Amino acid sequence: MVALDIKDMEVVYQHPDSLANVSTHYCPGCTHGIAHRLVAEVIDEMGLAEHTIGVASVGCSAFSYNYFDFDFVQAPHGRAPAMATGVKRCKPDRIVFTYQGDGDMISIGAGEIIAAAGRGENITVIFMNNANYGMTGGQMAPTTLPGMKTTSSPNGRDVEQTGYPILASELLATQEGASFIARRSLHDPKNIRMAKKAIRMAFETQVRGLGFSMVELLSTCPTNWHMTPANAAKWMEEKMIPYFPIGDYKVHPALSELKV
Amino acid sequence: MAKELWKGNEAFAEAAIRAGLQAYFGYPITPQTEALEYMSSRMPELGRVFLQAESELGAINMVYGAACTGVRTMTSTSSPGTSLMMEGLSYIAATELPMVLVDVVRGGPGLGTISPSQGDYNQMVHGGGHGDYYPIVMAPAGVQETVDIVYGMFDLAEKYRSIGVVMLDGSIGQMIEPAEMPPMLEVRKDIPEWAVRGGSGKDKRILTSINLDPAEMEKMNLRLLKRWKEVEKNEVRFAEYYMDDAKIAIIGNGTAGRIALSAVRAARAAGIPVGLLRPISLSPFPVKAVQEVAAQVDNILVVEMNAGMMLEDVLKVVQGKTSVEFYGRIGGVMPYPEEILAEIQRIAANPSPINGHPRDLWIERIEPVINR
Ligand SMILES: Cc1ncc(C[n+]2csc(CCOP(=O)(O)OP(=O)(O)O)c2C)c(N)n1
Ligand code: SF4
Ligand SMILES: [Mg+2]
Repeated sequence: MVALDIKDMEVVYQHPDSLANVSTHYCPGCTHGIAHRLVAEVIDEMGLAEHTIGVASVGCSAFSYNYFDFDFVQAPHGRAPAMATGVKRCKPDRIVFTYQGDGDMISIGAGEIIAAAGRGENITVIFMNNANYGMTGGQMAPTTLPGMKTTSSPNGRDVEQTGYPILASELLATQEGASFIARRSLHDPKNIRMAKKAIRMAFETQVRGLGFSMVELLSTCPTNWHMTPANAAKWMEEKMIPYFPIGDYKVHPALSELKV
Repeated sequence: MAKELWKGNEAFAEAAIRAGLQAYFGYPITPQTEALEYMSSRMPELGRVFLQAESELGAINMVYGAACTGVRTMTSTSSPGTSLMMEGLSYIAATELPMVLVDVVRGGPGLGTISPSQGDYNQMVHGGGHGDYYPIVMAPAGVQETVDIVYGMFDLAEKYRSIGVVMLDGSIGQMIEPAEMPPMLEVRKDIPEWAVRGGSGKDKRILTSINLDPAEMEKMNLRLLKRWKEVEKNEVRFAEYYMDDAKIAIIGNGTAGRIALSAVRAARAAGIPVGLLRPISLSPFPVKAVQEVAAQVDNILVVEMNAGMMLEDVLKVVQGKTSVEFYGRIGGVMPYPEEILAEIQRIAANPSPINGHPRDLWIERIEPVINR
């Protein structure tokens, strides 16, 4: 038996201050947890914890305000960008971000998100695209892939009846008011690191007052996809990324020199 | 300050600004739009927040966000917009945030007309949003009263951490009358304890309306209810005219009450002992005043610009102790004083209690008039 003396060891990885020290209600292997951590790390690294107000939405992340350790408000389903607008306009020196699912942001809240992007609202949006309505038990979302089975498309999404997935990043990137729009995936460590950089860029956009920023994070919902976390990550890489290509869809020229 | 001529919609906008309004969000809709337009120039001029939202859904949720930061905030709209705001109002009530809404009511249902109406009584007074919540609702009868009520509504909303609604029909929004503006208050610098500000750790604040534990939700509901009981105790408002020796009483709020007053004056000139009770606070409803009127008079005539929404509240209070009749115009039509005078004369000529529901009897009388 060798006694390990950890006193002299250097801390290289620890709990971000901006993440509350509580356990979450997320299912095992769900990428909501990863996204929370990335946002918290970025807030910490940028020293923004004392200046940030988060806006939670309706979906599995409704209780995200319990998991971040700074001020939060909670919006009605889909209305987070409008609520964030009210907060930001009254507190322009604060960093304001929403954290929304795909059902929340691009189905019921499609109007609010497009309006906020069009206005160039100086807020940041973390958009969790898991191709279904996780919280209500896995129904079809606007982002559900063609042929994908959900509880409300039991034979697979029929594009003749229900159309095609909405490509939110591509859509919002067409707005002049949007300054940073990127899509990333959370299926492996390399992509998670890339996601973190995009989140950093999005918050840098807001800090610089450049207008609307959004990072779409392709996410897994192992529970409603009926897959193990590992299989869900693999499915996301193989099936979701071809439909929702990762990349930068809009980068304001003032950001192009920025290295994060 | 001297009296000036003010259009109702602009008058309440200026009154709100003078009350220290810090953030206004709205969406165009007739007959309220002048308020939005007025705000669009006045608020930025004063360095305050104005934003035209993408919809009334957007507007009410911007107000929600602004209210979370502890500022004095408001929106104004008209009936179809009010319907869209119901979701947000329920959330705001549940989060216990103060805010002011001015609803300049138009004829419905549906897209309806842009003419004046009191058809929003039920959705405001009895809550169009989900859950048990209790907005303060006041109904002015003219431009000056609108100014005074809007000016004071922010204090009330903050005192009770409640939604303050000022409900006027479209005619008050559109009419021009002399009114005296109250003094300009300074914009508040401090922010309430509960407001979010960007704090972390021990200083973290959460403002939310969700609590999955029904036991906790029940406690919250009880807190809202008990606060409402305080409002009921302290904030009832009404006006009475010619009631001292009245044997017939008209009960009407807002413009319906004001038109009824002309009819009451004409009837008094003809020697009919009639008076008017004009509820100003519709919620809390002037229960005691209506009870006293019911104990005093032989006949009550409720007059509204809807099919008898407040009538139901009056009937509930009167409990058959005196005869209650109804006269209304619907869908955006306003009654003339002569119509109400004719009703008063009819009742004075035959004061015996009615046989049937007041609404049914009114339909019999009004149908030929409407189909003329
Ligand atoms: C107005 C309204 N409609 C419906 C619901 C029910 N609801 C709760 S969460 C949700 C879907 C959320 O899905 P998404 O935004 O994709 O988030 P996820 O749970 O997948 O992270 C729905 C429809 C609601 N709360 N409010
Ligand atoms: S239901 Fe899906 S999205 Fe929600 S916590 Fe579970 S795995 Fe995550
Ligand atoms: Mg989802």
